[in-house]
Amino acid sequence: MEKNSISCAAVAKIKEICQAHNNDAGELINILHETQNTFGYLPKDVQALVARTLGIPATRVNGVVSFYAFFTEKPKGKHPISVCLGTACYVRGSEKVLDEVKKVLGIEVGETTPDGVFSLDCLRCVGACGLAPVMTIDGKVYGNVDPKNVRKILESEEFKG
Amino acid sequence: MEEATPEHMQVLICGGTGCKASNSAAIAENMKACIKELGVEDKVEVITTGCFGFCEKGPIVKILPDNTFYTQVKPEDASEIIREHVIGGKKIQRLLYVDPETNASVSDSKHMNFYRKQVRIALRNCGLIDPENINEYIARDGYSALADCITNKTPEEVIDIVKRSGLRGRGGAGFPTGSKWEFASKSRSDIKYVVCNADEGDPGAFMDRSIMEGDPNSIVEAMAICGYAIGAKYGLIYVRAEYPLAIHRLKTAITQARELGLLGENIMGSGFSFDITIRYGAGAFVCGEETALIHSMEGKRGEPTLKPPFPAVEGYRKYPTNVNNVETWANIPVIFQKGPEWFASIGTEKSKGTKVFALAGKINNVGLIEVPMGTTLREVIYEIGGGIKGGKKFKAVQTGGPSGGCLTEKHLDIPIDYESLTAAGSMMGSGGMIVMDEDNCMVQVARFYLGFIVEESCGKCAPCRIGNKRMLEILDRIVAGKGTLEDLDKLENLANVIKDTALCGLGQTSPNPVLSTLSNFRDEYLEHVVDKKCRAKQCMSMLNYTINPKNCVGCHLCAKNCPVGAITGELKQPHTIDQQKCIKCGTCINNCRLHAISLK
Repeated sequence: MEKNSISCAAVAKIKEICQAHNNDAGELINILHETQNTFGYLPKDVQALVARTLGIPATRVNGVVSFYAFFTEKPKGKHPISVCLGTACYVRGSEKVLDEVKKVLGIEVGETTPDGVFSLDCLRCVGACGLAPVMTIDGKVYGNVDPKNVRKILESEEFKG
Repeated sequence: MEEATPEHMQVLICGGTGCKASNSAAIAENMKACIKELGVEDKVEVITTGCFGFCEKGPIVKILPDNTFYTQVKPEDASEIIREHVIGGKKIQRLLYVDPETNASVSDSKHMNFYRKQVRIALRNCGLIDPENINEYIARDGYSALADCITNKTPEEVIDIVKRSGLRGRGGAGFPTGSKWEFASKSRSDIKYVVCNADEGDPGAFMDRSIMEGDPNSIVEAMAICGYAIGAKYGLIYVRAEYPLAIHRLKTAITQARELGLLGENIMGSGFSFDITIRYGAGAFVCGEETALIHSMEGKRGEPTLKPPFPAVEGYRKYPTNVNNVETWANIPVIFQKGPEWFASIGTEKSKGTKVFALAGKINNVGLIEVPMGTTLREVIYEIGGGIKGGKKFKAVQTGGPSGGCLTEKHLDIPIDYESLTAAGSMMGSGGMIVMDEDNCMVQVARFYLGFIVEESCGKCAPCRIGNKRMLEILDRIVAGKGTLEDLDKLENLANVIKDTALCGLGQTSPNPVLSTLSNFRDEYLEHVVDKKCRAKQCMSMLNYTINPKNCVGCHLCAKNCPVGAITGELKQPHTIDQQKCIKCGTCINNCRLHAISLK
């Protein structure tokens, strides 16, 4: 890990977030949520700084980050895609939608396209089961997705550049 | 909230996650713009509500007082609804719900099969009030139960009422709620906590989310009542970070309750103080288990610990803690308003009240329903759910999520209650109900749930961490056409060991989907293992693309497009597929215009 790879402004921001939670290690998950909202992901040096500020071992922070699916140590693409693999979507064929997205983008789950435009994840139920199978791009729900239409959706103008 | 009258109509628009995804917010905007343009603000009011439950046909718009139920409404329909219906008094036929059996349109939602058998207690306000306006909740008797408890009743009386109601935990295990409160009340401590478990993790279940989105104040009120009963000043709601709308509405409810003095110091001058803060989950299924949830709230990995000590003795930050699930909380205020005897009169001998289910899968009416305990699965699937989609044959219904099991045709007439579902090899669970048809392969369904468990196992105990992984490998083998009869014995054996030895509820119930499919669909497993056949045509390893020589005219299109050159044949002569070369990509079947190629 490179030393000093986070800017002074970022250091100040992380300390501010921790301070807002009284530097209480019991608030670690809320602190990590806010930090990830700010930086988009949680690289190792950010985790180390959070640990130092709260006075706990960096391993404990990393243990929490790696435990929960919501936290990510890798940067996401410009347009994050999540394919729902909840049961309702699964029985209506969401696995085939996922396979098609993988095929079109040439990436696996958890990866980002080389141009940084898309990243691919799975999630379990957005609660739009009436529209199953669904996927979300930039948080917008696409319902009743047919694998045949995946390419058209991903190549649409709004995701260019 | 004022009662709707013909002179002052109300347009209710669903603002739940499902309908919002289909752009219901734009419908509300367009209607408001149209009302302003026509200058009829005093004649009609637009209210964005929580979920109506009928997600299949969303977005839903309901008009009061005439109970008109419009389905699949688009933003461009907004002005027509205002002009024709609200002003002109003429219902818009093409937007009315059409009964699939009679093909007649239904103009009053009371006559819809979907609603007729439902009894809405936990969902009483969902789809009826504006969840972001506490006054609408108060107008529907909201906070009257809290006021009555803290001014007229002792904590013991409050607990006694909950006990007499017979209410049991709706999160899955069904522990009596009143007894749980009693344990927590008997723990001696100056500091105690009341926790709402809103970490709804079952894939395909959205009951709790709909309650939080549609009626957040009912949770706030119930938690305060519990705080009074057990002597706690602090409440915590542990909610999934994946539910932004629910979080927003809970926050709104808490803020408004504080402003009105319904939360905070000295509530209603009674001397009782109580306040609530929100904690976020971060995507871990195991955090639905109460000890894991408590560790997660403490900023740690969400790993469960052995009970005892029970949270009622030693919970959040080592203080006595009472944890209940969202739906359990939503039942509490009504029990006080209508009396425990009323509540206990609904349901079966041991399971009182109602249960909310998220009905999904291969069913006509996907949505959120609430039925009295004791209703049969058949009534739910065929009457409320409208039967199987596309006229296909029913195969199985899965209840209880990853901890539950798959039930078959022969179980359809058992009454839904905690004991009956467990006896049939499934469980009540939190309320996911997924219907499957003949096109679903039960081996793959079992593999799907097990894959979920393997991903979500916290890794603390070996039976769950290693055992489930080994079971998944066996299922992978069977699906790949390499399973043996011995594998079936191994599966069963492993499943029983995990059931007996895993540390927490998640691990102990994790083999249920495998055990229930093994016992209810054994012939399907045998076909996969012995005959290498998948009757649902889902396991690609057991299927081959073949060309029917009778239909093939030898156009050569399939052969031209085959990426591996597996198809050969003379022009204008029937072609054949070399199964050794075929990679089963399906390109040929997509290119054949004469339907000569099939997957068998």
